[in-house]
Amino acid sequence: MKKLNYRADFPILTTQINGEPLTYLDNAATSQKPQAVIDALTHYYTTDNANVHRGVYTLAAKATDQYEAVRDQVAAFLHAARREEVFFTRSATDSLNWVAQTYGDQFVTAGDEIVVTVMEHHSNLVPWQQLAQRKHATLKYIGLTADGQLDLADARRQITAKTKLVAVAHASNVLGVTNPVATIAKLAHAQGAVVVVDGAQAVAHVPVDVQTLDADFYAFSGHKVYGPTGIGVLYGKYALLEQLTPAQFGGEMISDVDWQTTEFAAIPARFEAGTPNIAGVIGLGAALTYLQGVGFDAVQELEQPLTDQLLTGLSQIDGVTVYGPRALADHGPVVAFNLAHLHPHDVATGLDMAGVEVRAGHHCAQPLMRYLKVTATVRASVGFYNNSTDVERFLTALQAVKEFFHV
Amino acid sequence: MSILNLKALYQTVILENAQALHHCETLTGVPSVTLHNPSCGDTINVQLVIKDQTIEQAAFTGDGCTISQASASIMTDVLQGQPVSAARQRIANFSKLITGTQLSPAAQHALGDAAVLATVAEFPTRIKCATLAWHAADQLLTMGDATNGRTN
Ligand SMILES: Cc1ncc(COP(=O)(O)O)c(C=O)c1O
Repeated sequence: MKKLNYRADFPILTTQINGEPLTYLDNAATSQKPQAVIDALTHYYTTDNANVHRGVYTLAAKATDQYEAVRDQVAAFLHAARREEVFFTRSATDSLNWVAQTYGDQFVTAGDEIVVTVMEHHSNLVPWQQLAQRKHATLKYIGLTADGQLDLADARRQITAKTKLVAVAHASNVLGVTNPVATIAKLAHAQGAVVVVDGAQAVAHVPVDVQTLDADFYAFSGHKVYGPTGIGVLYGKYALLEQLTPAQFGGEMISDVDWQTTEFAAIPARFEAGTPNIAGVIGLGAALTYLQGVGFDAVQELEQPLTDQLLTGLSQIDGVTVYGPRALADHGPVVAFNLAHLHPHDVATGLDMAGVEVRAGHHCAQPLMRYLKVTATVRASVGFYNNSTDVERFLTALQAVKEFFHV
Repeated sequence: MSILNLKALYQTVILENAQALHHCETLTGVPSVTLHNPSCGDTINVQLVIKDQTIEQAAFTGDGCTISQASASIMTDVLQGQPVSAARQRIANFSKLITGTQLSPAAQHALGDAAVLATVAEFPTRIKCATLAWHAADQLLTMGDATNGRTN
């Protein structure tokens, strides 16, 4: 029998906020860190710190081995066909910008189409907007169905023979939906386009298999999957990576440098110029080991009832509007809502007084806010370490906010 | 801290202003400054009619939380009818007040209803909400100086 309470692994959960127990419901922004990750960082700096790929001495070899072992681990985590398809970046944002500046700049030309969805985070939107402007390409949007899911009929309309690239979130940071990436990939590939997947909101909640999804590129951030900040991952199909010119040049990414020319190192070192975030990589490795120890079955077994409790509880409060699908089967652990006409900031400050930490704002998805005809929303998002007491505290505090403002 | 602490932030004057905004209108042919709070998407547009170095009329429009709207509403009351130099002084004092600096009783009095926003200092995450409109007004006054050829 597996344990189903992981709270004790997360030291921050015993702290207080404004004199109340911390009720952390902003997992979509960043997840808290288990002791295992904190320990791995301390251990690395205490006993194993050296630069990677640069020393013949034992300590350097130790650091390099650990760093490269995490590449294997991430490749397995994403079900990549080979380890060289994974390389480390700063964040999901960094990974997505990288694709825009390499693949995008090399292959998108005037008159081409870039297709995104209206639910994209600015990180998976602005790089494409900028690329479209640079190249005089057209940026097109796939819309939503009435209940807030990706509209596949519209996807079929928007993805055409002119489409060079389709960028889509694996899971939305607002609507709570997980998108049918494999279907989108099929539509894109049928037109000769590549698919770039923003996995930032998916990796902590669902198992990812980039080969089944048939994603050409897949990006995520370590900090949303229980790892440290400042570390990100980009997966790319090897055959595509082979065609790309590096975005940055410097140490580690070369095999031979002459007066006028340079021969680049093999993939993936070619795309990791300079000293990488070694501690971040090792912390990410510890996070993935920890998460895989919990297992995605347990993650879902724990998170689904909490999402259900959130959706049901919110539906029982007069004046609450929930965005995204209402059916639990279609709704992941991110729930965005508004309380009557009250501004999300006022709601979030009220909840904060009760130690309940939620996000309020546009969630870096302003086009989606426009599409939903709101300027901002409140967002509660759970992780597997949350419990029903957290959700109850949230609902009770929300009721109190409602009474305070007479809405 | 309990939710009842909200009373410290959302005092009656603030709630009343947010319910019935003062000078919430668009004036035609009057310079305006629009500011955004990028972290939350709040927007405030402020307009000032300045004649003979006096603010004859102040108006705003915008979209945002209770604090940002109420603060803008109160600001228009505080600035309207003031000589530009006095308005600048009030804006500067408001900025001090909201970051926790104690004002002289006279300076506090001059801020009128805006003085109640002093409690926002205890809610650091909301300071930007309260100051957005005041920053816009400050920029308008600076623009006015520039067009009048003044340097200070
Ligand atoms: C859907 C989505 N994409 C991308 C990002 C960007 O992640 P990061 O800021 O870690 O690069 C986020 C996080 O805010 C997100 O929710």
